[in-house]
Amino acid sequence: MSELNKAMIEQYRNSFLSEVEANVEEGEWVKMCMQCGVCSGSCPLGKHWAHPPQEIFMMIRAGKREEVLTSDSMWMCTSCYNCIVRCPRQLPITHIMHGLATYAKKLGLTPKNQPTAKFAEIFWNNMMKKGRVNELKLGLSLYFKDGFGPGIKEALRNKDLGMKMMKAKRMAASEFFGGHGVKDVSGLQKMIKKAQELEDARMKKFD
Amino acid sequence: MAKREYSYYPGCSSQKGASSSNLMKSVDTMCQELDIQLNEIPDWNCCSASIGYASGSELPRLTLSARNIALSEEHNKGQEIVATCAACWLATKEAAERLKDDESMFAEANTALAEAGLKLQNTTPIKHMAEVIVEDIGIDSIREGVKKPLEGIKIAGYVGCQTNRPFGIAGESFENPMYLDNLIEAVGADSIPTYEKKVQCCGGALAFSEPEKSQEMIKGIIEAAYDNDADMIATPCPLCQANVEIYQDQINEKYNTKFNIPVVYYSQLISVAYGRSASDAALDGQLIKAKKLEDIAGK
Repeated sequence: MSELNKAMIEQYRNSFLSEVEANVEEGEWVKMCMQCGVCSGSCPLGKHWAHPPQEIFMMIRAGKREEVLTSDSMWMCTSCYNCIVRCPRQLPITHIMHGLATYAKKLGLTPKNQPTAKFAEIFWNNMMKKGRVNELKLGLSLYFKDGFGPGIKEALRNKDLGMKMMKAKRMAASEFFGGHGVKDVSGLQKMIKKAQELEDARMKKFD
Repeated sequence: MAKREYSYYPGCSSQKGASSSNLMKSVDTMCQELDIQLNEIPDWNCCSASIGYASGSELPRLTLSARNIALSEEHNKGQEIVATCAACWLATKEAAERLKDDESMFAEANTALAEAGLKLQNTTPIKHMAEVIVEDIGIDSIREGVKKPLEGIKIAGYVGCQTNRPFGIAGESFENPMYLDNLIEAVGADSIPTYEKKVQCCGGALAFSEPEKSQEMIKGIIEAAYDNDADMIATPCPLCQANVEIYQDQINEKYNTKFNIPVVYYSQLISVAYGRSASDAALDGQLIKAKKLEDIAGK
């Protein structure tokens, strides 16, 4: 168990709702859910959620900390914002789901090999290197996320698509060596480091 | 038409050799025709899209967008920011709104920005190019400039998610927005206002991490276009365009379908209708050729 997870369990003993309100993006909205279920019915990947948003909200209030944070449900969010625009109470559901995913990852509770969690991390690291996404390297890292063998297989499976994209000038081999980026990479990285420090400081009790 | 000037945020996928370089090129052409001058935000960075959240939590993500707004406010003073990518627009507008609502977050974002020598005023409106077309220029004015009506082409207007929600275009419905259909009619093509999958999700970034789940949705988007006798699909969103166009072979293989329908950008429709060449409209960037548009462009 991660140190942060231990500290949070200790601090918010018996009140998972307070923990979510204090630490999850837009978490203070959770208590406003009236259990109508429009969000669950509106989600394009609804059938793939072990616990759809409406259920997640009730589970948070019922203190089901481990079931919620180790679930892969919120990783099913495609960020389509259907739930947000339809929610009669105007809960920012998309952001709460992202926030729960972020928080679970911070605590080290994300299910192993959750593909979207892995992809999201690859995406962030790729983008932070030069301040802009390198699509070629992003694709390659995604193919090779499960190791060399499956990577070669995945790359071969997508070979024809890659060739077509290159032919249409929508993918460039030159991106492998350098590629697009911002000029002030160090400024950007320092800025993000600072933002991360400021955010971590909000979780005061843990140090 | 009076000259308009905007601060332009093209986004990662709209760079040279990137997946929506055809969007960038056709937007350039369209803007020449509509007398719009786009001034790129110097040294803009990635917005982290809607998938950065797992590693980049709230403040780092908001700060990424804050940097772009701050750069725009410093170098392109007084100009509204315009994005062509749905995710870029959404992330930037969302950041601007949240930093307006939350003073302590705004102060912290500025503390972080100071590390890069920048300061955010956060007074700049953030627009999508579709808003420029619909609100600033107006569909009627677009119609007036058409030189080669796209006659005989039936087009399914696929608005997608993030161009439409949570912000969308003022006065349009989230469930059934009409502006893309109106635009399709304005350039002389036939629209399908009842296209069932107009605002259906294509899977977004999950097309990469959950291809099977996403391709099942993409299949529905294409099937509905065929059911309505569409010749092609048109969209404002770079990820919608890519997801719906490039996986058709893989979907055919899995579902035993015979999909082969072009997916183009609204900017390509306008470029061709305004008399520009197939190359200026970046039609050579299609994996599935938009033959009917190429024919009109070649006339």
